[in-house]
Amino acid sequence: MQHMEAAASAGAHQRSQPSRREDFMKHMVRYKWLYLFLVPGCLYLLIFKYIPMFGIMIAFKDFSLVRGIWASSWIGFENFEYLIRSADFYKVLRNSLILSFYHLAFGFPVPIILALMLNEVRNMIFKRVSQTLLYLPHFISWVVLSGMVINFLSPSTGPINFIIKEMGFDPIPFLLKPEYFRTILVSAEIWKGAGWGTIIYLAAMTGIDPSLYESAKLDGASRLQQIRYITLPGIASTITVLLVLQMGHVLDNGFEQVFLLYNPATYEVADVIETYTYRIGLIDGRMSFAAAVGLFKAAVGLVMVLAANRVARLFGNQLW
Amino acid sequence: MLDVINYTLITLICVVMLYPFMNVVSVSLSSYSSYVQNPLMVWPEDVTLGAYKEIMKSGMLWRSYANTIIVTVSGVGIGILLYILTAYPLSKKVLKGRRTLMLLIVFTMLFNGGLIPNFYLMRSLDMLDTLASLVLPALLTGFNLILMKNFFESLPEEIEEAARIDGASDPYILFRIVVPLSKPIIATLCLFAAVGYWNNFFNAIVYIRSPDNWPLMLYLREVIEGASTMARSANAAEMGEEMMTSETIKYATLVLVMIPILCVYPFLQKYFVKGIMLGSVKG
Repeated sequence: MQHMEAAASAGAHQRSQPSRREDFMKHMVRYKWLYLFLVPGCLYLLIFKYIPMFGIMIAFKDFSLVRGIWASSWIGFENFEYLIRSADFYKVLRNSLILSFYHLAFGFPVPIILALMLNEVRNMIFKRVSQTLLYLPHFISWVVLSGMVINFLSPSTGPINFIIKEMGFDPIPFLLKPEYFRTILVSAEIWKGAGWGTIIYLAAMTGIDPSLYESAKLDGASRLQQIRYITLPGIASTITVLLVLQMGHVLDNGFEQVFLLYNPATYEVADVIETYTYRIGLIDGRMSFAAAVGLFKAAVGLVMVLAANRVARLFGNQLW
Repeated sequence: MLDVINYTLITLICVVMLYPFMNVVSVSLSSYSSYVQNPLMVWPEDVTLGAYKEIMKSGMLWRSYANTIIVTVSGVGIGILLYILTAYPLSKKVLKGRRTLMLLIVFTMLFNGGLIPNFYLMRSLDMLDTLASLVLPALLTGFNLILMKNFFESLPEEIEEAARIDGASDPYILFRIVVPLSKPIIATLCLFAAVGYWNNFFNAIVYIRSPDNWPLMLYLREVIEGASTMARSANAAEMGEEMMTSETIKYATLVLVMIPILCVYPFLQKYFVKGIMLGSVKG
């Protein structure tokens, strides 16, 4: 009896110190499916997200499609030196920044104001119907929207110029004139995105404690005062976080809307980093330089988004 | 009083949102001459299906429609499978290397190679000018992956443990138990992915060359550009019949391209607000 106990405890003593390798193998056997499941997704991410990151090398080489990436010779920072001295690049950068600024200045407040207005609506049917209509533009493609814009502004048959002609003036070819481009683009962007943008603010508003409104009403506060002193502060952190995050995307202008609405007559103001990269890279074939521009945008974008996230978290934390 | 102003303003804004659609549909159903007389119309005048009949003669329309449907269905189908397979292990705390993997995924949302490297990749894979080049780049996004992972994490563990005690294998648990419980997030992701594939123009303009492989958006753009060059043509009289229908043709094509999205829209409404809430609360 004692022998057996001794033998058993000796065996147990041995087993209580299993090797790390055995642990690992046991873990793998038990959870093999989890790791198997991950394979396709990881393969995809590796091939389509990470390998292109290594394609950044193209920016540092005198790249030719024929020779491929490995046979092309290394030229170091030549492309970037050229970039810094390129007047074209500064023009494009300036356009990108100005458009982003316009979009921020005019487009950012609209969903907030709309959300405030919607929040005051008591009739649920009206609210539901209007929200359905407001979200609709978000779901149509830029090709469709640009088609509408191009036709609406058409100097020969478009509705806008129809009105202008009726009033006795000459028709204006809006899309051919640089001075109108920014307004047209940002207006289209706002039309498309404002309704959708209200969702997050409305969600934030539902998080405000209703008793705050109750006590304000008891104190005799008017509707406008309630909005100013309760609703707005209630969504202030949401607004700040979204504002900061949007600033992180200052170099992103969206390829589709610019590309579909611009033309050589408006390149001066319309050409942004995305469209510039496309034109010189794929149309003109200057791939290394285009890759350098792309890398510049991605790198600066990364820094800005990280910084913005850091700042946003600060503000987000202030609420809790 | 304030209410009156509020309701009026909101109604006005809704009209602004709705008017372009009404105008487009109305013009597509009207004759060209009534369009020229009244481009602002909100209701069809001199109703005719001529524009629709004209564009349906085009083989290109059907071809690009088919292309887009193929791209959308495969993109959503393969995509959702990948999302489920990848998000599930990531939602399990026992997974080794989980934190590293999450970091790697988040990194893909912050940085990418850019246009040229991606183009070069497609070329190296011999996928230029194929429908695959329209499907693959958008298959998985870090953001959606995280959404699904968060959803899986919110499911109570007891259900899976009960199944495991009964002897169920991991695949069984995932597909017979977790997935049916995840219908909201799956529906949301599927619908958003479908809209994304349907509307995508960028990948098409970069990767596609032959008209045979054009998705709907490239075809539509061609119609918009082509018709306007026709309209600016000096030989307007010669163009005659074609020019007569150019705007109505453009708008009819627009309508045909928009219809599937508009049909799916009511379903989208049901799920997407939930989807946003899921994202913002967990995010």
